[in-house]
Formats: sequence, C-alpha cells, structure tokens
Amino acid sequence: MKTFEYARAESPSDAVRRFGPGAMYLGGGTNLVDLMRLGVAQPDHLVDVSKLPLDTVEEVGDRVRVGAAVRNSDLAADPLVRSRYPMLARAVLSGASGQVRNMATVAGNLLQRTRCPYFQDVTRPCNKREPGSGCPAIEGDHTNLAVLGTSHACVATHPSDMAVALAALGAEVHVTGPGGDRIIPIPGLHRLPGDAPERDTVLEPGDLITAVELPAPPAGASIYRKVRERASFAFALVSIAAVLDVRDGVVAGCRLALGGVAHVPWRAERAEQVLIGGPPTGEAFLTAAEAELEQARPLPRNAFKVPLARNLIVRTLEELAQ
Amino acid sequence: MNRIEGRVKVTGLATYAAEYPVEGVTYACPVQSRIAKGRIKRIDGRDALAMPGVLAVLSSEDPPRLAREAAGELALFQSRDVAYRGQFVAAAVADTYENARAAADAIVVEYEQDLHDVTLRADHPNLYQPETVNPGFPCDTVKGDVESGLDAAETSIDVIYTTPVLHNNPMEPHAALAVWDAEGRLLVYDTAQGTSSSRDLIAKTLGLPREQVRVVSRHVGGGFGSKGTTRPQAVLAALAARDVGRPVKIVLTRQQMYDVTGYRTPTIQRLRLGADAQGRLTAVEHVAYEQSSTLVEFAEQTATPARVMYATPALRTAHRLVRLDVATPSWMRAPGECPGMYALESAMDELAYAAGLDPIELRVINEPETEPDSGLPFSSRSLVACLREGARRFGWDRRDPGPALRRDGEWMIGTGVASSTYPALRQPSRARVTMREGDFLVQLAAADIGTGARTALTGIAAEALGVAPERVHVELGDSDLPDAPLAGGSMGTASWGTAIVRACEALKVNGTEGRADTTEEIKRDAELARHAFGAQFAEVRVNSVTGEVRLSRLLGVFAAGHIVNPKLARSQFIGGMTMGMGMALMEETFTDEEFGGFLRRDLAQYHVPACADVPDIEAVWLDEQDAGLNPMGSKGIGEIGIVGTAAAIGNAVYHATGHRVRDLPITPAKVLNLMF
Amino acid sequence: MDITLQVNGVSRAVDVDPRMSLLDLLRERLALIGAKKGCDHGQCGACTVLIDGRRANSCLALAVAVDGSEITTVEGLGHEDDLHPLQAAFIEHDAFQCGYCTPGQLCSAAGMLGEPGPSAVTDDMLADPGLTPEEIRERMSGNLCRCGAYVNIVSAIAEVAP
Repeated sequence: MKTFEYARAESPSDAVRRFGPGAMYLGGGTNLVDLMRLGVAQPDHLVDVSKLPLDTVEEVGDRVRVGAAVRNSDLAADPLVRSRYPMLARAVLSGASGQVRNMATVAGNLLQRTRCPYFQDVTRPCNKREPGSGCPAIEGDHTNLAVLGTSHACVATHPSDMAVALAALGAEVHVTGPGGDRIIPIPGLHRLPGDAPERDTVLEPGDLITAVELPAPPAGASIYRKVRERASFAFALVSIAAVLDVRDGVVAGCRLALGGVAHVPWRAERAEQVLIGGPPTGEAFLTAAEAELEQARPLPRNAFKVPLARNLIVRTLEELAQ
Repeated sequence: MNRIEGRVKVTGLATYAAEYPVEGVTYACPVQSRIAKGRIKRIDGRDALAMPGVLAVLSSEDPPRLAREAAGELALFQSRDVAYRGQFVAAAVADTYENARAAADAIVVEYEQDLHDVTLRADHPNLYQPETVNPGFPCDTVKGDVESGLDAAETSIDVIYTTPVLHNNPMEPHAALAVWDAEGRLLVYDTAQGTSSSRDLIAKTLGLPREQVRVVSRHVGGGFGSKGTTRPQAVLAALAARDVGRPVKIVLTRQQMYDVTGYRTPTIQRLRLGADAQGRLTAVEHVAYEQSSTLVEFAEQTATPARVMYATPALRTAHRLVRLDVATPSWMRAPGECPGMYALESAMDELAYAAGLDPIELRVINEPETEPDSGLPFSSRSLVACLREGARRFGWDRRDPGPALRRDGEWMIGTGVASSTYPALRQPSRARVTMREGDFLVQLAAADIGTGARTALTGIAAEALGVAPERVHVELGDSDLPDAPLAGGSMGTASWGTAIVRACEALKVNGTEGRADTTEEIKRDAELARHAFGAQFAEVRVNSVTGEVRLSRLLGVFAAGHIVNPKLARSQFIGGMTMGMGMALMEETFTDEEFGGFLRRDLAQYHVPACADVPDIEAVWLDEQDAGLNPMGSKGIGEIGIVGTAAAIGNAVYHATGHRVRDLPITPAKVLNLMF
Repeated sequence: MDITLQVNGVSRAVDVDPRMSLLDLLRERLALIGAKKGCDHGQCGACTVLIDGRRANSCLALAVAVDGSEITTVEGLGHEDDLHPLQAAFIEHDAFQCGYCTPGQLCSAAGMLGEPGPSAVTDDMLADPGLTPEEIRERMSGNLCRCGAYVNIVSAIAEVAP
C-alpha cells in the first residue's frame, strides 16, 4: 500500500474543503481499504467521512431521508425502512456479510467498484483501472460480468444489491461538492462504460454524497430476489428488484431493476413500458422480459444470464401478481 | 473426549506460525513473476532499497547461496528462467509489514517473454505417460481386454468428466518465521503438516546438516495437503533472515497462496463402462488427463480408485500428463481418489440408469472378492454394508428412480448415491513416552492441523498405558521431538499411534521410559489390500427458474476400522463432506490463458461453502474389527469424507432435473444451459 | 499518527503508520494474536472483532480510522478459566478443528446475538425472527470455515442463543 495522509473531516463542508488532488473520501472502508491493499486505489490523501453526522434515517414528509454515513446494517434494521421499503431492507441484507454491513456506509455501497477479476489485479490490463490498457475480460473470464449496456472497452458490473432496490424505488442522491449542492436520481448516478469505463458515476472530483432520499413507497407489492451459486456472502449472478401494482386486472404500475447484469443498476424500462396498461399474465411478463433482454449482448461464458434474467423477471412478476 | 487444545483455541491463545513473539522481527514480502514463461532480464531494487525501513532486496541479480540439491519451487532466485506466472522472483525485507509490502511493489523486474501454454487438453500433443503416479503407483494397468468386454456388454457408456483447478485454501495463510541463532542454528516456525520432513527439506535446500535446523508447527490452521511439502515462504524467510541478520516473518497473501502453495490439478477423465444383462461389469476403463509444471513432475493418481472398487474381467486404468507453464500442482485432500471417484461414481450412476438398475444394486452386484487389480485379499471391506445402512437411514426404498419427477414449487428435488474409498496405510514413526511426576509425557514430531491428533493420540496412549487420559500429555509439532511422518494421506493416526502404542509397551517393561521406532514392524506387514470405504447419500433442490442448486440433505456412512475418537471423527467426516460439497457446486479457479497464472485468486471469487450452504450433514460409521492394520485397528478418516460427495450430489442433480452436468462445479450457469 | 484505543477494557496509546489495519495493530503491535488474518480483504471473517460493540472485519478498518473506539477481541470475550458461554459451547460441540477461524466465529457470534431485525432469509421484513438454525446459518455466513465445522458451529451457537 502506498503511503498517504489521513484526516478526519468535521463536517461535510470541511470534507469538501479538505479534498484536493489525489484525495479520496473514506467511508466504512470495506471496499476502499480492500482496493488500496490491492494497489487498485492509490490515494495520497484520505479524508475520513465515516464519522460525519450523516448517520440518521429520518421521515421528511412522505419521504425518507437516509444519511450517507448510515451503516448498511442500520439501514436494513430501521423500522421505517422495514415497514415502508421491505424490498430495500432485503436487498441490503442480501449483500456481503453481517460484519461488512456493520462497517459499510450507504454512500460507500453506492460507490463500490466492480469485482471484475481483471480490475482487481494490477498486474493485468483493465480499461477501468488504466484507461487504454485493454479489456481482457471480453476474451477471458467474464462469467460474472455484464450482458446489458456493455461497450468494447468494458463489460464490468456494478456489484451492489442496495443500488438495485434504490433504482427500482427511484431514489435520489444528495451531493455536495466544490460546485455546490446537487440532487441526482437513481438511475442516473451510475453511468454505462462507453469509452470512459474509468468513470463509474456522474460525480465530479470532490463531490460528497450526503444523503439518499427515498420517495414515498410506490403502490403495489414489491420484492427483491438475488441469485447466486453460494447461498450467502456472494455477489449476485443476477438480482431483481420489482414492484407491481395491479388494479382491476390491469398493470397500473411496475418498476423493475436488475443487478449483476450491467455497469449500472439496470432499470428495465422497456419491460415496464410493455407491461403498464396491460394484463398481468405470464404471457405479458414473458413479452416484457424479452423486450428488455433483446438489448443483451452476452459473451460466451455469461450467456446464461439472459435466460436467467428472463426467468427471474417472469417468475418475480408472477409472484407479485398473485 | 473434547479437543485437548480447545481452551487455547477458543481464547485466542493458540500460537500459529506467524504468531510467535520474537525480538527484532522484520518482514519479508515476495515479488511475483508477471509473465508465465521467459527469462528475467533485469531486477532493479534501488528504489525499493531507498524506501523507509527497507533492509534488503533479494533476487537472482545476486542469487542467495543455496545447496546444489535445492530444487523446484524452493530453489529461490537461483535461475533467471520463469516457469509460471506468480512464481517468486524477488523479495523485499523491511522493518514493518507495511514497508515491506510497499517496497516489494517498488522492485522493478524486466522480462524477456516467451509464448506460454497453460491449457490442459485431452489432445495436447505433449501428453506423455509418466513412469509412475503418486505416490509411486504404476501409471497404467491392464487386466483382460476392455474392447471385447465392451463389445460383449448389454449396456455400455462412454463419457467424459472434467474437474477444474481447485485450491486447498486453508484459513491460515502459509507463513514462516525464521530465526538464526549465534551458532548458526536455524529455527523456522512454519505452517507445516510435518516438522521432520519440513526440517529435512529445508536443511537440504540450504545445505545445512539437519541437526542445525529446527521446525516448529504446534498449531496449523488447516492444510488439506497444501502444507504437506515445504513451501517457498519457509526457505525465503530463512534466506532473508540470514541476509539481514534479524528474524524474518512472511505471511503469504491469500492471492499469493493461489500461485505458490499448490492446487489440485484439473482433470479430464474418460470412463468407458460395460455391463451384462444382470448388471455385472464386463469392462471398466478409466483414463485421466492431468497437468504438471515444467519444474516438477507431479502426477496425480486419479484413476487408481478404479483398481480398488469393482469386480470386472477387463480393467484398464491410465494417466497422461502434460507439462505446462503453470505452477506445480500439489496435494489436496484425497488426491487421486477425490477427482477419480467423482468420475467413476458418476459413471456408475449413468450405467445404472442405462441398465435400468438401482445404483446401489449395481454396486452390490459388482462387489469384488479380492482387490480387482492386484488380486490381494482385503484386510476388511464393508462397502456393501455402508450402502445398505445408508439406504436404510436415508429412506432409499421410498425413492422413485425416475429423473425429474419431484417438485416443490420452483424446486426440483432429487437424490443420489456414491461410494467412497481411501487407502488405509501407515508409515514408520518414532515416539517417546516418559513418566513425569506420575503422569505420562508422549513426544513425537507429529502435527495437529485440525485433525485432533493431540486428542486422538492422548486417547491411544491412555488406552495403551491403561491410565486415564488426564494423566497423558502429548507434545508434538516440533522437529526436535522423535521423528514422525507428516499429517497426510490419512496415515497420521495409524503411523503415530503405532509408535505410541509400542513406546507405551516399552515403558511398561522399562518402568520409566519407552521409545519406539516402527520401521521394522511396518516392513513385516502382510500383503493385504487396506482401504476404508463408505457411501454418501445426497438430496438436492435445483431451482427451475434460476438453476441454483442447494444441498438439503447429506449422509455419509463410513467403515474405517475402529474409530479412535467418535466426537472428532464425526467432525472430520462432516468436514470432508462439506469440502466435497464445495467441489460439487462452487469451487473453481480460472486459468488465465491470455496472461498465464490464475484468476479469481481470493475468497470472494473462489467460493468455498459458507455456513448458509451447509444443512445438517450427518456422518455415521460401522465399526470394523480389522487385525490387519495396526494396534488400534484404525483406518485413516481425514480424506475419505471428501471422496464421493461430488458424485453423490451430481447424481442427485441428475435425478432432480434429468440433466447430467459432467463438468464440475455444477453452477447455475451450467444447469441453465442444459435446461434452456 | 498517535491514536488511543480501548482494547479489551485497557486503554492503549500507540503511534501507527496510517496504512496499518486494526488487525495488524492488534497482531503485530499489541501482541493480541486472537484476531486472525485469513484473507486481509473482508472475505473470510477470521479477523472479526467487536468495534464499539459491533462485529466488524478488523482487516478492513484502518487503525487511524478507529481512533477512540472500544475494541473487543476474542481475548476479551472470556478467559481460559472463565470462558464465555459461546467459547464453552464451541468446545463442547467440537465447533472447530484447526481453530484458525474460531476467534472470528466467536466474536461474530457474540456480535450477531445482539443484532436486531431480520436477515436475508427472514420471510417478513417486519418480523424479529427467532434464531432458528436457518437464521444462524445466514447470519454467520461472513465467517468461512474451511475445515467444515459449520454443522457444529450452528449447534453451539443455537445452544447459547436466547
């Protein structure tokens, strides 16, 4: 690990002030310390934002505001979250381990980086880590990588479970930074790799997430389901966050997001559009899933994710429609 | 009897290799090759040496002095040639772990790269027939005529199974702490499954008389074979400590472990089986294709269980090896038997379906009178009893043999069975037992890598002496104690126990002290086929939507002679079965064809079973009276638990889905590819 | 950097390299070898300790970032002659073999017993489920055991669980 200077920020504005060239914010450290030890992250300065007073879950009107430094386990155990957003609680609990969830922050969860084996190994090329060096995953080990929204430069996935639920809920991220305060919707925070896979998100240097705001819970039934070969403590092969509102035999509302398939938590808007206003039948669910997955560009080793995602969409919607 | 070292282990006081408090300790960190084949042009350690706290840089620029006998991966920095990606090519030594690691990153290595070949194929042009396979078995055996046996068969199958690169992944990383004293004597606290053998190899590599080397491994955090032969970190610690004149500690990173601590070779196995109308085997052929490195020939004995298992007039077994630009494979729990029985027992299941026979009955019909290949009588063999007892406990009689018939919502349910076997051997050992203040001190250089050796040996000594176990104190894990073989090959308890029993007998004569060396006794052993056997029964749930496979029940029934300590034995069996479940469903290291070396070199990508994967696994045994083994009448139990598990689970997946996955592990991807 | 920690009830002031993990601080500087290094990346749980009463991977915590915290390691759970109930249950159920993951399992279990709310296998996110074997298995999945002692670990914890 490269040497660095460490400072603990007193307030969000103090954190932004301390942020300079070569600096990174340190939250729970569960991904950043891991990446520093691998040599993937090499900050000169660490600005510790984990102790900032951004650690509460509060009701704001019909919305809920989650501080950026709230620990994943506290988010999942929060009574408001459990009662209003059970899908989010389940998504958070599906990620990592009890220990990691006790350390990891909400903002850190959103900003965690891909677990692509090439990205994590500084002795091999990776366009995300070293722009222009190439993407060996496309010909090599891409078993657990993306099938949607990929580019010739990168097929990495975003590994978060929580972000998938947030994408389905339409959460908003509150950001403060050198350029002032902003609100960024999810989806919208994470970006597709395109020609610049080194950029995971639309955040600018020095931007600090201060909160995640959850809109009023959408009408209908919701669910989060994660598929993995190890029963726990494993990243998703594919996961789904789904909300379905059926009224008078017609789909009045539907939100679908997929994890493990793209560089972003993938909001399945095409599928949603197919469904809304139509009947909640198995046939309609299959048509919707296929409309979404038409865009998939699987590679030889991850082609299974397409039928997996299709099955999962159909089955999840069937369950919600019951 | 509970584990003797239980209290020190649960209170954090048990001392593992890297944990001995040593004054003035320094830290070494290795640098690994970034090419898979070629030569080192230049190594520049100047930047590293200029960093804070850095004491030395070791590399082939100034090769450290080693004995001419230094060989393979232990001949550190002696050659400019690179044999595989990840090989140690240099090391930095510094005052702290952090400084050593940063310095290692700053060492510049320039290479001249050659094209590499890291891919095992059954049609590889460089496949060859090694002289022998481990640990000295004939490479090929032929009895009868397989072709005419297959021609005469009513039913036959011809199938290919593959198993991937697997890594032992003990929880304790390989580590060493080396201390030279003023007289030039070397003490290495090592993660070693055997201190006598580790001492001998370190002494030979460094060119020291063995009296000048001491290896201590009082507690070892698992090994499963990967700590069976001395690993480079032990030699590197010794060299670095000699260089800087201070003690040196090395703890390999989890990632480094994948490269330099051995792995189970990938295998491609072709099975051809034929049976007559009654289900009697007419031919068995088992051919295994495997890899080794260019440094060392390591030829795993994959096809050898077919020489033991079933009666057949025609039996051919063969191994073909190819030397690739890869790290040397090594021992991993039940080397040979584990991957070999996966293929053989899966093939037996396929044959049972093809012949319309119950898989248990097929095995019973083909129970041999004597060992099929050698013709030797068995010292004892209770395979049929294990199958029958397992069937009774598992409720096999209620099983509908048809595939893909049972559903619980999304889940398809199936059950499968497979046999287990593992050789029951022993090796020469010494031991010393002395009276001390009314108690008995038992000493030998055995190792407890989690098997419970301390506890089992305490029980054996207490019984031999006719005293309460509380009066017996076993000291092990130190090469200064009487020489003993390593903990491996399921031979530990049998080898050490024999020596302890003989030493106790001598003490009873002598009154104060007894010493034993079992070399001569073992030479006089009658020629018998000595093996433990077992049967494993699995029930799996396969998700029809996601392809996920979850184990819901696993039962093992074993016959391994007299069980020395039931509590610990149950843990060992269950532990082996749990690892077998990992092999069946999730474990796989990915070989990087483009850059060489391995990918998924950590515990987030290489999945070993987690707590949530493991239901209430049951392990039971049938007590065997076997006078042809050793004074305890025991057969080793460390490895048989992993033998057959993967086949039982794979067979259950077939029963659940009607699809046969012949390439381990059985992941959702493979299940989905077959179903959709 | 100078930091001060309460470790197993004792105040420890140390000057640390900012790169040093809490785990390395415990093991290499404070002679507390109970917390184990298994992977150094939060993927195995062998390094689990309690930080301010909550279980955490000490390999992922920079020592400087936990300045001022209370740390409990396995050495602070109980002593050889005064075992914590979990420690006693682990011995009785033979819930370990090599023992290397054991301190992490114990600290994790101690932390887990105090954690509120559902887990990923709980049907109803509003429920506070009892610690059934299935719940224990899920909640303990951050602690890998390569010896395969899970069956006994679960029965040991179940004995102590309320």
